[in-house]
Amino acid sequence: MTVKVASEWLNSCSGCEISIIDMGERLLDVLKVADIVHLPALMDNKYFGQLGDGTHLDIPKADVGIISGSIRNEEHLEVAKKMREQCNIIIALGTCATHGGIPALSNSYTNEDLMDRYYHTETTDDDGKGYPDKEIPALLDACHAVDEKIKVDIYLPGCPPHPDHIFKALVALVQGDEIKLPEKSVCDTCPTIRGGKGKITKIKRFLEAPEYGSADEPLDKMQCLLEQGYLCMGPVTRGGCGGDGVLPRCISARVPCRGCYGPVRHNGNQRLDMLNALASNGINIGSLPESVSLLRFSGGHGMLRPGFKKKES
Amino acid sequence: MGKVINIQPVTRIEGHASISIELDDQGDVADARVNIMSLRGFEKFVEGKPAEELPRIVNRICGICPWMHHLASNKAVDGCFGVTPTPTGHKLRELMQTISHAEDKLLHFFFLAAADFVIGPDSDYAVRNVIGIVKANPELAGQVVKMRQMAKMILDKFSRKTIHPVAGVPGGFAKPLLEEERKDILGKMRQILDFALFTMDFAKKDIFPKYIDTITSLGVINTGFIGTVDDEGALNLYHGKLRLMKPDTSHVEFAPEDYADYIAEKVVDHSYGKFPYAKVWDEGFSMDLDNPKGMYRANTLARINVADSIATPRAQAELEEFRDQFGRPAQATLLYHYARLIEEIYACERAIEILEHPDITDPNVRAKTEPKAGRGVGCVEAPRGTLIHDYSTDDNGLITRANMIVGTTHNLGPINMSVNQAARLLIKKGEYDEGSLNKIEMAVRAYDP
Ligand code: SF4
Ligand code: SF4
Ligand code: SF4
Repeated sequence: MTVKVASEWLNSCSGCEISIIDMGERLLDVLKVADIVHLPALMDNKYFGQLGDGTHLDIPKADVGIISGSIRNEEHLEVAKKMREQCNIIIALGTCATHGGIPALSNSYTNEDLMDRYYHTETTDDDGKGYPDKEIPALLDACHAVDEKIKVDIYLPGCPPHPDHIFKALVALVQGDEIKLPEKSVCDTCPTIRGGKGKITKIKRFLEAPEYGSADEPLDKMQCLLEQGYLCMGPVTRGGCGGDGVLPRCISARVPCRGCYGPVRHNGNQRLDMLNALASNGINIGSLPESVSLLRFSGGHGMLRPGFKKKES
Repeated sequence: MGKVINIQPVTRIEGHASISIELDDQGDVADARVNIMSLRGFEKFVEGKPAEELPRIVNRICGICPWMHHLASNKAVDGCFGVTPTPTGHKLRELMQTISHAEDKLLHFFFLAAADFVIGPDSDYAVRNVIGIVKANPELAGQVVKMRQMAKMILDKFSRKTIHPVAGVPGGFAKPLLEEERKDILGKMRQILDFALFTMDFAKKDIFPKYIDTITSLGVINTGFIGTVDDEGALNLYHGKLRLMKPDTSHVEFAPEDYADYIAEKVVDHSYGKFPYAKVWDEGFSMDLDNPKGMYRANTLARINVADSIATPRAQAELEEFRDQFGRPAQATLLYHYARLIEEIYACERAIEILEHPDITDPNVRAKTEPKAGRGVGCVEAPRGTLIHDYSTDDNGLITRANMIVGTTHNLGPINMSVNQAARLLIKKGEYDEGSLNKIEMAVRAYDP
């Protein structure tokens, strides 16, 4: 049996699509069972017909629609709605699609703030003609997760999601099975040594190497980075980033987690949960240089708003 | 005004763009424009964030070349905090960057561009793609997938996270390279170099000669070029001076910090993306095909044009052959593909050179740093062109100001010109077909935007 797949990228960086390609030789297996009918990154299907003279945006019908990226402008919204119309199942691929992702950091600002800066940088030639407004879609009020605008059936978070997860999800869809993804936190998958609570009282910035012994010392010989005094978002972040049976990616690079798989529960608040976790361990949250960044992957769903920065950080 | 043709979205490119071609009453091209469709606002929303976090935030500008943003950002933060990375820290960064270049070029050439040449520009759009190549030539496709995956997995395995890397840190690199890892990567890079050489031969034999008429006509424009060179004037991707060359090959060189004295960006009404131009030429900005002003290009062809030489032997030999055939500077847009394959060879050779350096496994990979007020400009050559990150920080090391010029951005004016040129060449008296529209996109694809 083959499954028809349509894929779209909205306010995205292409990283999610590259993660699909990073399935490597497994991609060739997927292509045997998936009939890809639309995928702008790799295929030439056009919205307005192949001669560019159509009057309304069209995307072919498909069993499965994969959407990466958040919804930031009118065109993204139109494409997302069309995808919903044409596809039986919609997968939100990547943390931008599931929670807004890094670009949703812009939600602390108004569109005017963003444009005022971008069109007045030190290299911008401002001839006073105003901002671009022809042949381009207007920006929406904010950067939205996909489910703020259309119904989503399956969430595959991660920035980007691990190719193992993408592969599993596609295989499960083809076989009509339920998709099972990790539901634990990053800490639950992390083998570092934890000695218990209460030793540190403030958070250090990540400006030097953590203690990890010699270069080839395995991860289970390193003390937890949070216990070493660095901010690590592991406790409030969905686990699984290392793929099948592999350790959390950043921790094994000796770098703390910043939360790229989004909150452990779909509607969790990584900032509040992290601040609570720190406070309940006796860590002074005033030692953080700022806290907006704790929502750097999940500022959609109205979590970050203009003015938030001044009021709450 | 007559009708408007919308090529939307432009496909098999790495970003998001559309083309509008306006025809006059006779059906001839009145104007053609490339539109960049959205604005994310990184320059604004990084303000107030701790500078050392930026390399892990701004890499999301692009998921295809995240190493480039990650490293340019790290260099900018090094500058703000006044820290000098350890020598091995720098080398590991450059190693990741060159392998990433090698991987990216295979991806672009085979997954995005090749269908136009291997399957053919006028072929049915439903098979004119990498899946079509897999079906038409499974052996080659299997080899490509394997080699590209090998390069990608070197990065993934060693740095632990390669789409949106985390292992570059202000002051150097987060983890040292072990001897076993070094040997393993070296062996793989030698295989990838062999594949790069094979690809070059394949292209020189089976692709470029067949399309030489297209190459010398489609999207051809006349511009200057920008790229990074070392003290000897040789191509460098990781550090050096910026060289800005005019079409007559005369050039200026400057330190990355001084970029704002040499280039500026024009706001145009039909694109969220700004259009850079060479301010230092003092001739203004014009995309007029016969008399362009301030237009310069970045990315592979530009780097190959501005460099006097390439410091690795096989890439140098290819450069000489290329120059004999096409001169300096070469202006034909589709030659970006050719130049890309020369750089592919350089990237592999350079990675091997770095891996053979005795310091590469030194565990001293990261210098300690302190937040402070300062300014830093980080510049690297991304696959798509000269990438500049420019930050300022306050006493607490939080970002107060950020300006970024992304590789592809330099080419927006030239892409617009090439589209115009191609459209005028291919659409006459209202007559055009799917093949002509795809050829117009081929002029865009060469730039790999
Ligand atoms: S989730 Fe990450 S990888 Fe995917 S589009 Fe967003 S920024 Fe890119
Ligand atoms: S806080 Fe970080 S280092 Fe510690 S256990 Fe959790 S993920 Fe691992
Ligand atoms: S450790 Fe955290 S930030 Fe790093 S990849 Fe995993 S979830 Fe993402």
